[in-house]
Amino acid sequence: MTKDVRLQGGEPEQAPEKGTPEKGTLGEALRSQGVSRRSFMKFCATTASMMALPPSMIPLVANALEKAKRPSVIWLSFQECTGCTESLTRAHTSTVESLIFDSISLDYHHTLQAASGAAAEAAREAAMEENHGNYLLVVDGSIPLDNPGYSTIAGISNLDMLKESAKGAAAIIAVGTCATYGGIPHAKPNPTGAVSVNEIIKDKPIINVPGCPPIPVVITGVLAHYLTFGSIPELDHIGRPKVFYGQSIHDRCYRRPFYDKGQFAETFDDEGAKKGWCLYKLGCKGPTTYNACATTKWNNGTSFPIESGHPCIGCSEPDFWDGGGFYKALSLPTEDLSKTAVYTAAGAAVAGVAISALNRAKKNTSNKIHIKTTIDDLRK
Amino acid sequence: MNQANVPQFNIHVGTELTWNVKPILHEIRHALEKLLNSGESSMIDLRSIPLAPGEEETIINTLGRGEVHARLDVLGPSEVYETQFAGVWLVTHYNENDSIVSRFIEVTEMPDVLKSQPEDVAHSLDELVTELGTEET
Repeated sequence: MTKDVRLQGGEPEQAPEKGTPEKGTLGEALRSQGVSRRSFMKFCATTASMMALPPSMIPLVANALEKAKRPSVIWLSFQECTGCTESLTRAHTSTVESLIFDSISLDYHHTLQAASGAAAEAAREAAMEENHGNYLLVVDGSIPLDNPGYSTIAGISNLDMLKESAKGAAAIIAVGTCATYGGIPHAKPNPTGAVSVNEIIKDKPIINVPGCPPIPVVITGVLAHYLTFGSIPELDHIGRPKVFYGQSIHDRCYRRPFYDKGQFAETFDDEGAKKGWCLYKLGCKGPTTYNACATTKWNNGTSFPIESGHPCIGCSEPDFWDGGGFYKALSLPTEDLSKTAVYTAAGAAVAGVAISALNRAKKNTSNKIHIKTTIDDLRK
Repeated sequence: MNQANVPQFNIHVGTELTWNVKPILHEIRHALEKLLNSGESSMIDLRSIPLAPGEEETIINTLGRGEVHARLDVLGPSEVYETQFAGVWLVTHYNENDSIVSRFIEVTEMPDVLKSQPEDVAHSLDELVTELGTEET
């Protein structure tokens, strides 16, 4: 059942028997755990769905994942609330997602690992040395620049640890809005001088996976993409994978038909709210927010904020905290806007672009005029 | 918290405004025509489409149930059944907590996940040979 395979410039090698995955690959790891090919097909179907790939890609995903090598992952947590790690570790207990994690070697994550202090740092240094140039660096939390002492791990400032760990990384995944755009620590008046990963590291590919927290399936989907294709996914203009952040919440929202008809909830308990009408006037940031909530949803696909009756707060966008108030409408549609719903589809598309531009302008203005809250204000 | 004490929200969508039920049913019709005319299979990932509350159930109820129903034990349970429309299958994968992790409509003669996989057959042959060898010694 074996045949010779001649590698370029090398000696003949024994090819693995049919059905025997190559050594050191995910396929071999799964087979050694007694995972059948049928189970693996289920794993691949779910992974492809997780990566928002068309079902026709499932055989390619299966082929690539079977041969995927186990990458080393170093996970750094800086100025953050641990919500991103919570999102990932608490939201699902799925066997399929566990397999994604079994297929990486998580060599450092100071919240999850048993070791601490010098032993933990030794593990990080060893993983960096052994896998130089090949490991994935995952970062959650922003980095304070005003004073290195604001946030340290084992006496090492966040800035130093990030720079040191990024040197040998193949790519960096910034998880959560703090790591991607500064997040809540960066909110005005930004007392620690918090910045995002890509404001410090300029010479490595960085995948931004924003959200407060990000959808867990999106985090695992990005890891699965790297495992499957050995490359980073296509990114948008602010570094987000287009496959998850390519469309606005508004465009994929099941309540969009109400918006197009000009039917809005005016308060949280009026007839419109009860009938599930559009939440735009209650401050929904869906039109300026790009994320996968409307399709991937949360809590094992149960629902997402708008489905639960709350406007989107735009947590995957830069400076969402300073956007002028969660319950303040981006721009109230005028009578003319409602009328556009009965015009042609082309007309509606043009109106959509115009409204989108208006919304962006409104958001920028809101950011500029945002009034700082002082300690004195809080004492009042 | 007692279930009776959980606040009930009456958030729903009028049937006249649901978006994706009819288009998906039409997509299935086109896929069936393709299967019949060229033998080509199709798959629709129900998790890739924005569905309003109740829309997925509407699609599933419209498709109904047919003659074949299988329950698999593959990294948690999976359920596969042919709908009342021959050639249209609903494949639902669950995790160990019985939460749905992915759901597909497959338009095919037989979903691949039901077929014995060549790799598993090869492995089984080895196991059986070993078993018989053990018995003979």
